[in-house]
Amino acid sequence: MFGRDMADKAPQNPTAVDAPPTVSGGGGGAAYVYEAPVRLWHWVNAAAILVLGVTGYLIGTGTPATPGEASGNFLFGYIRFAHFSAGYVLGVGFLLRIYWALMGNPHAMQIFRVPLWRSCIWREVYDEMRWYAFLAVEPDRRVGHNRLAQLAMFFMFTQTITFMIVTGFALYGQGAGRDSWQYKLFGWVFAIWPNSQDVHTWHHLGLWIVVTFALVHIYAVIREDIMSGRSISSMISGQRQFRD
Amino acid sequence: MSGATETFYSVIRRQGITRRSFHKFCSLTASSFGLGPLAASRIANALETKPRMPVIWLHGLECTCCSESFIRSAHPLIKDVLLSMISLDYDDMIMAAAGHQAEAILEEARLRYKGRYVLAVEGNPPLNEGGMFCIDGGKPFVERLRWMAESSMAVIAWGTCASWGCVQAAKPNPTGAVPIDKVITDKPIVKVPGCPPIAEVMTGLVTFITTFGRLPELDRQGRPKMFYSERIHDKCYRRSHFDAGQFVEAWDDECARKGYCLYKMGCKGPTTYNACSALRWNGGVSFPIQSGHGCFGCSEDGFWDKGSFYDRLTTIQQFGIEKNADQIGMAAAGAVGLTVAAHAAITAVKRLTHKPDRAVRKDKPT
Repeated sequence: MFGRDMADKAPQNPTAVDAPPTVSGGGGGAAYVYEAPVRLWHWVNAAAILVLGVTGYLIGTGTPATPGEASGNFLFGYIRFAHFSAGYVLGVGFLLRIYWALMGNPHAMQIFRVPLWRSCIWREVYDEMRWYAFLAVEPDRRVGHNRLAQLAMFFMFTQTITFMIVTGFALYGQGAGRDSWQYKLFGWVFAIWPNSQDVHTWHHLGLWIVVTFALVHIYAVIREDIMSGRSISSMISGQRQFRD
Repeated sequence: MSGATETFYSVIRRQGITRRSFHKFCSLTASSFGLGPLAASRIANALETKPRMPVIWLHGLECTCCSESFIRSAHPLIKDVLLSMISLDYDDMIMAAAGHQAEAILEEARLRYKGRYVLAVEGNPPLNEGGMFCIDGGKPFVERLRWMAESSMAVIAWGTCASWGCVQAAKPNPTGAVPIDKVITDKPIVKVPGCPPIAEVMTGLVTFITTFGRLPELDRQGRPKMFYSERIHDKCYRRSHFDAGQFVEAWDDECARKGYCLYKMGCKGPTTYNACSALRWNGGVSFPIQSGHGCFGCSEDGFWDKGSFYDRLTTIQQFGIEKNADQIGMAAAGAVGLTVAAHAAITAVKRLTHKPDRAVRKDKPT
C-alpha cells in the first residue's frame, strides 16, 4: 500500500498529497491535515446541517396546532426563522470553505476536486471497496480522505449541499419577493422547474441524501478510528495519526 | 366590425355609460395597476383618443372557462363595457356569425389589421396525428393558430391551457397538446395562467395593452408582473395562522372551523403565483382558501401532474413509484442504516475472530 507509485508526480497536485510519506508506517507519526478554518467550518457546518435538517423536516410536515390566537403564537415562524438563519450560516460557510480550498493546503481541495479521469483513482477506489468488503487485510493509510471517501464527499456532500443552497435560496427568494437579490441570483432555478412545488419536493429529498450521507460519514469515521487506527480526533486537532 | 377607428370612449358613450362612470373606471383601473394619481387621466385620455385595439380570440383545445370568467368581470365596470373597450372582431364562442360567414370575418380582420391586432388564444393546439384532435373550420387548429399569429402584433395566452398545457397536456397526453409558446416562437406572448384566470386580471391586462399600446412588464415565465409577482401565500388572510403554526388537520376538525391555515391539507398557496388572495373572485366575494379549501395551484405549470391536491409533500413520479420525498428518503436512510449496522456487526465479528493475528503482528518489532 505504502509508497505506491502514483501516476502523477506534480508536487502541488492534490492527487499526490495523500501519498503518505509524511506518516511513517509504524504509528506515532502525525500529519497536519485539517487546518483550523477547515475544522471550524466542519463543526459550524455540522451544527447548521443539524438545525436545517430538523427544521426542514418540520417545515415539510407541519407542526401540531397550538391553541390560542394567531397573534399570540409564532411557532412556525420561529422554525422557519431557524431554518433560514442556519441556511445563511451554511451558505456563507460554504463560500468561505471554497475560498479556503483555494488558499489552504492541498487537502482542503479534496472535497471539491476529484480527478476522476486518472486511472489510479479508480484503482484506489477498488482497493478501498475491497477493504470495506472485508477482502483486503491492510487498510489504506493516506492521511487525508481515502479515494472512496473522497468520492462520497464529492457526490453526496459537496454536490448535495450545493444543490440545497441553490434551491434553498431560490425558495427563500420567493418569499423575499421578485426584487430581492435572492430571487435575482437564484430565480433561474424556476426556469428549470417552473412549478416551485417541484423545487420544494427535490429540496426535501435533498434532506434525506444529507441524512444518508451523515449516517455513512459518522459510521465510517468511527470504524476507521477503530479498525485502521485513523484518528477520529483529527477534525479537532487537525493532526492525523495512525495509532498502530 | 365598423369600429376600426372608433375609440373606447365613443363606444361606451353610445351605450349610455356616463362620463362620470367612465372616469371612475379609469381611476379604479389605475389603482388596480398600482399606478399614481396622474395615471387615471392618462388612461382616460388614451381611451378617448386611441382607436380601439382589434382583438381576435381563438379557441383551441379548452373548456371555455376563460371566456366564462372573462364575461363575469365585475369591476371596474360591467362586462359589456369591457367588451366595448376592445374591438373584439372575432370570437367564435360569442360572435353572432357562424360557418362561412365567421371564416370570412376572420380572414378580413387578419388582412385589415395586419400587424396591429392582438391574438388572444384560449386553449392550446394538439400536435399528435398532424393536429387532427382539434379541427377548427375544417383544418387542424394548430394551422390556424400559426396562420393568425403570423400577422399579429402580440399574443395573449389565456389560461393554463395556452400557458402551460393544463389538463389535456397532463400525462399521458394522448393528443400531444402543447402550450402555445411551443408553436408560436416569433411573437411576444403574454401568459395569463389560471384555470380560469381571474376576470379582473384578464380585463386589466386588456386595459393595459389598450392604454399604453404595449405589453406590460413580464416576469421570467412570461406572466404580467402586476398580477403574478406574488404568491397566493404572500397575501393570504390565513397567513398569520401559518406563522403561528396553526394548521387544519382534517376537513371537519375544530381547526377547520376556526379557519386555520390549510398548509397541511395540501394547499398550494405557497407555490402558486396568482392574484386570488389580493383580487379574489366574482367581484371580490371570495377565493378558494376563504371558502375553506386549499389552493390547487391551477395557475402553475403542470399542476395536474404534481400528485394529490391534498398532500403537502407531493409524490415523486420519476422513480416509477408514487411516494413522497419523506417516504423515499426514510426508506433510503433506513436501508443505509441497516447496511451500516450489518457492516458494523460483520466488522466486530471479524475483529474478534482475527484479533490474535493482529496481536501477534503488533508484537513483532518493526
